[in-house]
Amino acid sequence: MNQFDHELDTRGLNCPLPILRAKKFLGTMTTGEIVRIMATDPGAVKDFEAFAKQTGNELLDSIEVEGEFHFTLKKLT
Amino acid sequence: MSDKKLTIIASKGTLDWAYPPFILASTAAAVGYQVTMFFTFYGLQLLRKDLDLKVSPLGNPGMPMPLNMDKWFPVLGTAMPGMETVMTQMMKKTIKSKGVATIAELRSLCLEAEVKMIGCQMTIDLFEFGRDDFIDNIEIGGATTWMENAGDSTVNLFI
Repeated sequence: MNQFDHELDTRGLNCPLPILRAKKFLGTMTTGEIVRIMATDPGAVKDFEAFAKQTGNELLDSIEVEGEFHFTLKKLT
Repeated sequence: MSDKKLTIIASKGTLDWAYPPFILASTAAAVGYQVTMFFTFYGLQLLRKDLDLKVSPLGNPGMPMPLNMDKWFPVLGTAMPGMETVMTQMMKKTIKSKGVATIAELRSLCLEAEVKMIGCQMTIDLFEFGRDDFIDNIEIGGATTWMENAGDSTVNLFI
């Protein structure tokens, strides 16, 4: 389990809103900080991998917890 | 600024087809693309201040219908008066219940992410729209303006 500095709740939101919220939130963070993002959209699993790859941020963890998806993202850019 | 670029031509003006261009544009902007959208013909409806987009089941066999209506009244059922309004209301309700963004929301997210939006001058003249019919933060231009962006773009889509 990774430690995190911030938490972002995108539960109940559908594509592409979790990604857009995450992008916006990363803008408020400083480099090196970690955010845990919670989502219920199953499409978000692949999308957060692709998001991290394309934006140069690091997806530390992607897990399913009781029907929810939790992502741990480290801001690198 | 990134050198990845996406351009989209949005040519459709219904509630369902308003989604692909705005979803792709906002997402592309979020992953670092410079995005230009060109709205032509019915796509211009997506730039109106008073968004009033509808979805029509008529001539759309792929659209799921309530109560097996398409089985009982194929074609005719979808042509019934008021069907467009009913289907539009149902679609909006479903969109809300599934946590899908509204078009107005996606459009403002795009503008916030500095997606460039161009309204087609020729179509505006053709349909006798006025500049005031459209939101403020757009440009008005023609095919050449789009080409200027599309020519060195990584991805170009026609929707």
